[in-house]
Amino acid sequence: MRVDLSWIDYLIMIIYFIFVLGIGWFLRKFMKNANAFLEAGRSMPAWVAGLAFISTNLGALEVMGMTGSGMKYGMLTTHFYWIGAIPAMIFLALFMMPFYYGSKARSVPEFLKLRYDEKTRGLNAILFAVMTVLASGISMYALALLMENVLGWNFNLSLWISALVVLGYTYLGGLSSAIYNEVLQFFIIVIGLLPLVFLALKDVGGWVGLKAQLAPIALSKGYAADTFTSTWKYSGQASANPLGVEWFGILFGLGFVLSFGYWCTNFLIVQRAFAAESKAAARKVPLIGALPKMFIPFLIIVPGIIALALSHDPGKGFTIPPDAGGGLNYNLTIIMLLKQYLPTGVLGLGITALLASFMSGMAGNVSAFNTVWTYDIYQSYIRPRTGDEDADGKHYLKVGRIATIFGILLSIASAYIAGKFGNIMDFLQTIFSLINAPLFAVIFLGMFWKRTTGHAAFTGLLLGFLMALLHHGLTIPAGATSLVKGGWIANLHTYPVEMAQNFWTAIIAFGVSTTVTIGLTFITKQRKTDAELTGLVYSLTPRTIVDKDLPWYQRPAGLAILVSVIFIVLTIMFW
Amino acid sequence: MVDIRIPIGLMFSIIGVLITGFGFFTISNTEMYHKSLGINVNIIMGILMLVFGLIMLFFAFRKKKKA
Repeated sequence: MRVDLSWIDYLIMIIYFIFVLGIGWFLRKFMKNANAFLEAGRSMPAWVAGLAFISTNLGALEVMGMTGSGMKYGMLTTHFYWIGAIPAMIFLALFMMPFYYGSKARSVPEFLKLRYDEKTRGLNAILFAVMTVLASGISMYALALLMENVLGWNFNLSLWISALVVLGYTYLGGLSSAIYNEVLQFFIIVIGLLPLVFLALKDVGGWVGLKAQLAPIALSKGYAADTFTSTWKYSGQASANPLGVEWFGILFGLGFVLSFGYWCTNFLIVQRAFAAESKAAARKVPLIGALPKMFIPFLIIVPGIIALALSHDPGKGFTIPPDAGGGLNYNLTIIMLLKQYLPTGVLGLGITALLASFMSGMAGNVSAFNTVWTYDIYQSYIRPRTGDEDADGKHYLKVGRIATIFGILLSIASAYIAGKFGNIMDFLQTIFSLINAPLFAVIFLGMFWKRTTGHAAFTGLLLGFLMALLHHGLTIPAGATSLVKGGWIANLHTYPVEMAQNFWTAIIAFGVSTTVTIGLTFITKQRKTDAELTGLVYSLTPRTIVDKDLPWYQRPAGLAILVSVIFIVLTIMFW
Repeated sequence: MVDIRIPIGLMFSIIGVLITGFGFFTISNTEMYHKSLGINVNIIMGILMLVFGLIMLFFAFRKKKKA
């Protein structure tokens, strides 16, 4: 499965590295205080922040994983990009961004502090900081392993070099540098993978040819002939589609709980919108991001579906290497496709696209980590503001920079732990992914119900998280061989697939947290006055329409309609 | 600050020229392009990247002139 690169492939990679570091180098002189370094001085144009918004999400594990899922589940994977992203992004833009941005909070934990209290912020800040380090460590490990297996690079060398490049540009230019590079990386990812999609589609005879080749494969697996090219058509019953989840789970579990939890409350993502130059720009950020988001499936999921057809065509000589457990190592799908179709030259571009996706994800984690650490942990519990703004700005800038170095060192450490104890890391990541659903419940209630109290929110957040943990400990997906997948307390219920278990874990976490928060709000006292909550809660915030004179495509509502129309058309086209 | 279109434009133009050049240099190498179904994707992608890079630069400098 080795891929041989030639000098030109390496040259493309080196040019990319030079530009990425160069952007950081140019921005370093603008980093005069913590505000510039950690919040990009709130100066990003909407289109820049919007592309960064989507690029951060397009990390290496996402690209590798989604191509693999395309091969496993076919077009059903697009649920993660359409129903599982677009409604949440529209909601974030239109209804949540005015309060996030208007509150002047510098992070999601800080919003919790302003809206609720210190303990709610503390809980969220600590969980979030741990989660970002784990996530970037795991993706760093996956990337270095890929480079070792496929390109024959030294594992330690590729791990340290990729980490040091990210450190270089985030240390020099902070969030601005991360965002600017994410825009550049977005274009590299798109252009680098573009030739793959065209060649692969041409090879299988276009969409029509692909459908024809997939029909016997679907039939042999016991599904209807067009299952792999449909999205909703076979979601009436969980057993009728390869995803193993029925429409309710997709719509409510993925489309509502998981998706709103991820897109509306994950600071890693919304930080890009916080960096926008104005409230109006901040509201456009998720919508501008949603436009390319809807088309990314054609870039990374469709090649995965083609890989399924190729692997059943002996004439093509296309195989996916097995993983340690003996099954197919689906994460290698994308790189096997690159190897299959791209000749020297564009091959280097394709590998650079993978490196770029890794870096955009990692820089996202690092720039969110250093902000939460500096503002929500260091500034709150270790050294509060002194009142001297100038000196504080410089002090926290230094702390932010040190946090950047530590964040990367901790990620490297967790990458090595992932290599030694992979199961433990998978487990931890599953556990920490459980915090988003309760967080959405609490933030949503906080923004739209002024009575919601701090005690109620804190308890709701904690119990939602613990109940999710309990559910994970009591259920397992069918065929699970390790306790990492669940059932580490007892096995009360077996889900047909892991996906169904994940969806239901999120639904339960969200349900518990909503119920507890509402219930406790009635029996606890609101300690915040209406004046304190102005700008944070819907009913207490005066609505000012500032975009009346703008053309429709520059207004959030106009963009939201455009995004919705494209979303509906795509859903119907690939029903 | 810096207009991000300038570095993006520069990078894509440079890589575009490089890949196009490499494509022409290897134009007779049918064995190499067997993988890509006989299509010289280096020339196509190279030109595409160059055009994209130049468009980015055009917009960046047009704005600079205005300001």
